Amino acid sequence: MEAILQFLHDNLLMVYLLIFSILLGIEVISKVPAVLHTPLMSGANAIHGVVLVGAIIVLFQARADDYWSLSVGFVAVVFGTLNVVGGFAVTDRMLEMFKKKKK
Amino acid sequence: MLITYLLDLLYLIAAITFVVGLKQLSHPDTARRGNQLAAIGMALAVLGTLLMHPAAPSSDSSARTLKLALLYTALGLGGFIGWRAAYKVKMTAMPQMVSLFNGLGGGCAALLAIAEMKLQYIQHHPTATGMILVLFTMFFGAVSLTGSLLAYAKLEDLVKDSAITLPRHGLVNMILVFIILGLIGYTVWGAGDAGLTWGLILFAVALLYGFSFVAPIGGADMPVVISVLNSCTGLTAAAAGIIYDNLIMLVGGILVGASGSILTILMCKAMNRSLTNVLVGNFGGGGATATGKTAGDQTVKEINLTDAAVLLNYSQSVAIVPGYGLAVAQAQKICKELDDLLESNGVEVRYAIHPVAGRMPGHMNVLLAEADVPYNKLFDLEEANEFLAKTDVVVVVGANDVVNPAAKDDPSSPIYGMPVLEVWEAKNVIVMKRSMKSGYAGIENDLFYHPKTKMLFGDAKDTLIKLSSEVKAL
Repeated sequence: MEAILQFLHDNLLMVYLLIFSILLGIEVISKVPAVLHTPLMSGANAIHGVVLVGAIIVLFQARADDYWSLSVGFVAVVFGTLNVVGGFAVTDRMLEMFKKKKK
Repeated sequence: MLITYLLDLLYLIAAITFVVGLKQLSHPDTARRGNQLAAIGMALAVLGTLLMHPAAPSSDSSARTLKLALLYTALGLGGFIGWRAAYKVKMTAMPQMVSLFNGLGGGCAALLAIAEMKLQYIQHHPTATGMILVLFTMFFGAVSLTGSLLAYAKLEDLVKDSAITLPRHGLVNMILVFIILGLIGYTVWGAGDAGLTWGLILFAVALLYGFSFVAPIGGADMPVVISVLNSCTGLTAAAAGIIYDNLIMLVGGILVGASGSILTILMCKAMNRSLTNVLVGNFGGGGATATGKTAGDQTVKEINLTDAAVLLNYSQSVAIVPGYGLAVAQAQKICKELDDLLESNGVEVRYAIHPVAGRMPGHMNVLLAEADVPYNKLFDLEEANEFLAKTDVVVVVGANDVVNPAAKDDPSSPIYGMPVLEVWEAKNVIVMKRSMKSGYAGIENDLFYHPKTKMLFGDAKDTLIKLSSEVKAL
């Protein structure tokens, strides 16, 4: 319990940010038409690819002679990049079609 | 020092693009711009991390070349494959592609948690909170990885639901959850320096759990599962953000976690089912017996192509109900051709689109848009149900569960209560179907035996081509 409170105290701004982001995420999405469910899910999917940033940091932090960590980081970066690039590209392809309709 | 400040600024800009992008994504007019905006923000965040992050090896360190080589190779490889896959995939296979990318994101999070865990044990004995965060990231990342991969396989029809579901599967999953909670507790508080090994065991169990969690859920519910796993990956990204004190990961991850959860609930609402019902109750499996009373003793009426063409051509209004069958047969363009022909003969053609037509909400709209069907001809469930009763002919192309009257009048049916398109209210119904097989949810459909219904058997694309030429010949 004490550890949790200590953690809360040390990361107070982080916790605030966390809660406001949750509220913001809910607010931003709450009025979306069913037509856009698939593209929206796909777009959100691309955004959580931001975990790639973490994978890059892991690779930076790994010791140069620690091949195990280096390979894990390498695969993580590949996966993360796939998530980001593929996610945004697929979403764009879907949404491109919505644009055509307006002609 | 200054360079770190610059990175903070980039992260801030990226965070703003994520929020604004998501906001724009939820409106049809701005959706594409929103996605591009978020992509630009992501590029800034990733490039900024690559060039300016304090953990980057300094220019005089010998490890620099090796690490940068690895990094750029990985980025190039992932980028190339991701780009190719995104542009090669057929529009019909979009949902499983999203699932696959989501799983890889989860995998990325799980792997970085493993690497971080090892680092923590090398440097010092990690704190309990630190360990919990790492294990949280690893667990949800691993579940998202295997769960999404299985969802992908199910949507691609690579696995049969029955082949991977154990008897009393719910109980098995419960036991796995307890094992996982025990493992987390032991790794954090009991294992001491052996925690690394126990963490890896947890990773293995989490992989198994992801698989087992998705296994009993029916194929028709995969969109909801993908959405759930999507928010899971969001949460892992956020947890990883806390580990690295990295605000962009935290904000991006939480945004997705929260919006993904809302999206999941919206999807469930569109199907009139609760999330628990989707995740725990199994759909389709028990349904076949529950509605067994309708099959067998009833007869279906068939219609031939010429009669169908005449019926369509000499009516005032036609409504097309497209389903996944249309998409699988890649028949959207032919469908549009028939539509044009009928319109030129003065028939009003409209499309009635069920929210879950296709394999994900909104999937069918994307597919029809691909075939240049104008936006103002597509009507959603409520609008469609208003005009269906006044429509002369309804053509159901490869749809099944979304036009099943059992959802309205048979309380014993597993889909009872789901909003459906009331096509039987129209004057005539033509159902194009490959065979009498039941739909994705595995439920019998009374519509096929309805007095107003006439069946037109055959491949959707094939039949539509022939139907078009019959209409032309009239």
